[in-house]
Amino acid sequence: MAYSKKVIDHYENPRNVGSMQDAPDVGTGLVGAPACGDVMKLQLKINDQGVIEDAKFKTFGCGSAIASSSLITEWVIGKTVAEAMNIKNVEVAEYLELPPVKIHCSVLAEDAIKSAIRNYQEKKEA
Amino acid sequence: MTKNIYLDYQATTPCDPRVFKAMEPYFEVFYGNAHSRSHPHGWKAEEATERARAQVAASIHADPREIIFTSGATEANNLAIKGVADFYRDQKNHIITLKTEHKCVLESCRSLESRGFDVTYLPVQVDGLVDLKVLEAAITPQTLLVSIMAVNNEIGVIQPLAAIGALCRSHGVLFHTDAAQALGKIPLDVEAMQIDLLSLSGHKMYGPKGIGALYVRRKPRVRLTAQISGGGQERGMRSGTLPVPLCVGMGEAAQIAVEEMPSEVLRLEGLRDLFLEKIMAAIPEVYINGSMTARVPGNLNLSFAYVEGEGMMMGIKNLSVSSGSACTSSSLEPSYVLRALGVDVSLAHTSLRIGLGRFTTKEDVLTAADAIIKSATHLRNMSPLWEMAQAGIDITSIRWAEH
Repeated sequence: MAYSKKVIDHYENPRNVGSMQDAPDVGTGLVGAPACGDVMKLQLKINDQGVIEDAKFKTFGCGSAIASSSLITEWVIGKTVAEAMNIKNVEVAEYLELPPVKIHCSVLAEDAIKSAIRNYQEKKEA
Repeated sequence: MTKNIYLDYQATTPCDPRVFKAMEPYFEVFYGNAHSRSHPHGWKAEEATERARAQVAASIHADPREIIFTSGATEANNLAIKGVADFYRDQKNHIITLKTEHKCVLESCRSLESRGFDVTYLPVQVDGLVDLKVLEAAITPQTLLVSIMAVNNEIGVIQPLAAIGALCRSHGVLFHTDAAQALGKIPLDVEAMQIDLLSLSGHKMYGPKGIGALYVRRKPRVRLTAQISGGGQERGMRSGTLPVPLCVGMGEAAQIAVEEMPSEVLRLEGLRDLFLEKIMAAIPEVYINGSMTARVPGNLNLSFAYVEGEGMMMGIKNLSVSSGSACTSSSLEPSYVLRALGVDVSLAHTSLRIGLGRFTTKEDVLTAADAIIKSATHLRNMSPLWEMAQAGIDITSIRWAEH
């Protein structure tokens, strides 16, 4: 199976790899499962205006999973929480030209954004 | 451009130039049909197939009349299992095999189950080997056939053929072994090992693709029902015109494999140990799948914990290796062989099969080890599971949402 140029670029030069210290303004999403071969951790630093200031990821998975998570960190930085919640897996899959067997990687990326934002909102409400 | 290094010798092997050279005249010059019994073109072709048959027979200590040419090991395994089952179906109806067998053996057994046979799929021990006591306990008066592979294609472990053969003989059960991965790697002797049926493949031993062979014992005679209808070639067991050049290649390949085995085994052991030492010294938490003692030297199957296999393969794109990760197969399930060993499903996703062979050099394994170390280290730094493990979090304690 051949990978698209965009997947290879994100795999070889992943953006925003890393971890943030846990803090009230940081939301963490951990999605997927080791048994399924994919785990994504996405962290979002969100300011009081609800704007995502920074994003970091770490991913266990295939090249498409790594590329999907790298891509969404680029996409969410500068967006509001509401805008980020609107990112759909189809957009990720189309941008990276993922083949059908890799669509689940883009689904996981969308889940990671939602999970990280939910975690941030829970912290706010607590 | 970086050189691509082939490390997938269990998938297939290149045709040895000596083999190819032996085959060449039989495409253009000696093109006769080996079954044309009444003219020189036919005689010349028949001479070649019979010489090849003798070479194959000699490589496993059999009689040439016991060798049936097939299209490959898949066909040989199908013919052995279904052929024997069909012939003896009025006498016995039970077959025993292993969970780690090749798909063509497992699927042949499945198809017999749908036709009323009972099949026992035995588990293996953590090292991938069959437990002889478990095997003996599974044998019933209804047991017709035991089919256990000689060398596993994923983990390279060598089953105790002689002990299995003796056990089967003492219970009056036929013993078939899929030896596609074994010829030229371990000594094969159908007499000493009391093997009744044995499958071989040309392209797994530096011969051409599209040919294999089935050994069928004559004394005491093993009968089987042909699975292909036709002109009754191959003593009625496998109809179809023999592919003369392929037969010649198979024969030549078998002879070379056996002749060069003693030195080749030592050479590959050296390369394997060099590779493994380099990997183990540089990366923690690398696990070897399958026995390291009962194993052919050309196979390594390693789990690089916390690094997914396909992700790893993308980082070592100049190395042709294979992964037990689900992502590399269409089934979305990780390797059933590793699962049968009791390898944790998460760890099965992180496995790589590295196959060394006749044309692998020291430089190849050193380059490969460097690339793997670099990629594994890079991907671990990117792995949330590695990060959690380093922080002392037990990843099995987390409730993952399996998708």
